[in-house]
Amino acid sequence: MTITDTPTAPAPHASRLTTSKAMVEAIAQEMERDPSVVYLGEDVGAYGGIFSSTTDLLARFGPERVIDTPISETAFIGLGIGAAVEGMRPIVELMFADFMGVCLDQIYNHMAKIHFESGGKVRVPMVLTTAVGGGYSDGAQHSQCLWGTFAHLPGMKVVVPSNPADAKGLMTSAIRDDNPVVYMFHKGVMGLAWMAKNARSVGDVPDGEHLVPIGKAAVARPGTDVTVVTLSLSVHHALDVAEKLSGEGVEVEVIDLRSLVPLDREAILTSVAKTGHLVVVDEDYLSFGLSGEVVATVTDHDPTMLKAPVHRVAVPDVPIPYAHGLEYAVLPRPERIEAAIRRSLAL
Amino acid sequence: MTRELFLELFTGLLREMIRIRRFEEKCVELYSATKIRGFLHLCIGEEAVAVGVVGALSEDDAVVSTYREHGHALARGVPMPSIMAEMFGKATGCSGGRGGSMHLFDASRRFYGGNAIVAGGMPVAVGLALADHLSDDRAVTVCLFGDGAFAEGEFHESANLAALWNLPVLFCCENNRYAMGTALAREHASTDLAMRAAAYGMVAWTVDGMDVIAVREATDRALEYVRDSGKPCFLELRTYRFRAHSMYDPDRYRDKSEIATWKKSDPIPALEAKLVSDGLMTPAEVERWRAGVEAEVDAEIAAAVESADAAPLEPVEDLLRHVTTEAADGVALLAGGRST
Ligand SMILES: Cc1ncc(C[n+]2csc(CCOP(=O)(O)OP(=O)(O)O)c2C)c(N)n1
Ligand SMILES: [Mg+2]
Repeated sequence: MTITDTPTAPAPHASRLTTSKAMVEAIAQEMERDPSVVYLGEDVGAYGGIFSSTTDLLARFGPERVIDTPISETAFIGLGIGAAVEGMRPIVELMFADFMGVCLDQIYNHMAKIHFESGGKVRVPMVLTTAVGGGYSDGAQHSQCLWGTFAHLPGMKVVVPSNPADAKGLMTSAIRDDNPVVYMFHKGVMGLAWMAKNARSVGDVPDGEHLVPIGKAAVARPGTDVTVVTLSLSVHHALDVAEKLSGEGVEVEVIDLRSLVPLDREAILTSVAKTGHLVVVDEDYLSFGLSGEVVATVTDHDPTMLKAPVHRVAVPDVPIPYAHGLEYAVLPRPERIEAAIRRSLAL
Repeated sequence: MTRELFLELFTGLLREMIRIRRFEEKCVELYSATKIRGFLHLCIGEEAVAVGVVGALSEDDAVVSTYREHGHALARGVPMPSIMAEMFGKATGCSGGRGGSMHLFDASRRFYGGNAIVAGGMPVAVGLALADHLSDDRAVTVCLFGDGAFAEGEFHESANLAALWNLPVLFCCENNRYAMGTALAREHASTDLAMRAAAYGMVAWTVDGMDVIAVREATDRALEYVRDSGKPCFLELRTYRFRAHSMYDPDRYRDKSEIATWKKSDPIPALEAKLVSDGLMTPAEVERWRAGVEAEVDAEIAAAVESADAAPLEPVEDLLRHVTTEAADGVALLAGGRST
């Protein structure tokens, strides 16, 4: 077994996989290991998941454990909760996070609260997987991240892998966790042939059992001058920008949060204590969300750690537009990240 | 009806189906050229529903549709250039480039989307009908949705409300036998959707959705019923999509032979054959007529593409317009202030 705190930790035996293949590998290994793990959702069987989150699982485990559902999110997410309460470990897929509106009651009033309401007597060990993110002209109802909304509601863990190794390790940990875990994968990190090419969506993934602890951020790139706290696809952009600025002698430290709940506040504070400069990059909406929470983590602790005002690169409070130019303008693209870093360092 | 009237009606229906078919075939090309982006859902094979249902409406009626709505929008009279410009993401598009293929809107024609949440439009449709009802309007709201949407709670809640409160909604279920890759019998315990709708206390019929004349007749009757009674009605239109669910779908979940079988009842050649068998046209006349129509329609499409190509993009400065009805300065928010 490997347990990694950072995605760069050397693995004795590793394979190069896309994020989607790494995710499927974790699910398959856990299904082999534990007969109580089942996967259900829309078009997860014959279709293989529209973002290849379940490729070949139907052939390997059969229709009793890889279950196609009707378009009835409230019912099948609630059904997952019931099965989890009885000791199963269901993984339930909500095709796009945007569809949470249809079924939020089951998620936040039931999945997230049963353990508390029962005085800890009832457990809900389930995983809710869902695709997030924009950049593909899919419009206002198919492009949102919304992780801040899930994270805002107590009772569920929220993990957001940015790379293949973490996708595997976080999935394994999520399945074994005794709490409901929301597992949010950005379409842009999956490494799908029919989407935009992204070199960082392929990487070394430890073979065999691999766990990444939930609640631990990773230093995706160490640096000394400015801290970029981010997650998911924005990690890739931040790393690209960091590489570029390194050529100018600016060393950017990139923190990949990996988990929103629990949030690794320690990792944020440690880095900002070192750099004194903070840029938060978040593909979710700007206001009332993750980026504010990260800033508050620092200012609650010691505002004098900051040598300059914090800069937040997020989606301004506007639904994601269809038109390509408008969409790119609202997303935290590398240009906006670079501009924020320069402003933070007064470059 | 006289021979001339039949001829006029049938060729009118046929022309509109050809127009929608050619428009969508053009969309496929434009998608490959990345002029159109994102999700693109075609109704090729299902044109008889768009033309038969939406073409039957009067100006005062309202339409609520799904992400598979190009045909509905065209049949409603939403101008082709404004649809094309929307799919190009241009400022002149019917939704200002903000919506795209899945979110076509035209308030002046009471075309209220373009909804990409399965079944999400249904409660809205019932609300439109309530407003018409309270203002003593005889307008009907037509709500189009798929067989997959029938499995959502939103359908069942909306159907009950419309029936309970006697609201003038015409629910039109475009049953194309698949919800993405999931076949009808794998999404519904009882696949007789009209029967289940009837259980809500609605008049409900099953219609051959590949036969545009049958669809038009059923819709005319249904509209009359809804207008006269003020009550909702349900049509299950049995049809089939010839193409994949969307441009991303590898379409591996159904037999090619099944598609081939359904293509034998393609609504366009079917109506051409009827023109001949009813003695309204000779085969040669159909050929000539069709060539003429295709030339006209292709010219209309070419003009729409040309104008969409030339149209301006919405400037980034205007990005935050229409988030609410108040104006907002998008650039200020993007470039400085509390965010970067
Ligand atoms: C609430 C919700 N769940 C799932 C989806 C993803 N999705 C989009 S279309 C579709 C299939 C819908 O099938 P149907 O209602 O039969 O309409 P069709 O596409 O066949 O026209 C699914 C599952 C969605 N857009 N919204
Ligand atoms: Mg369908």
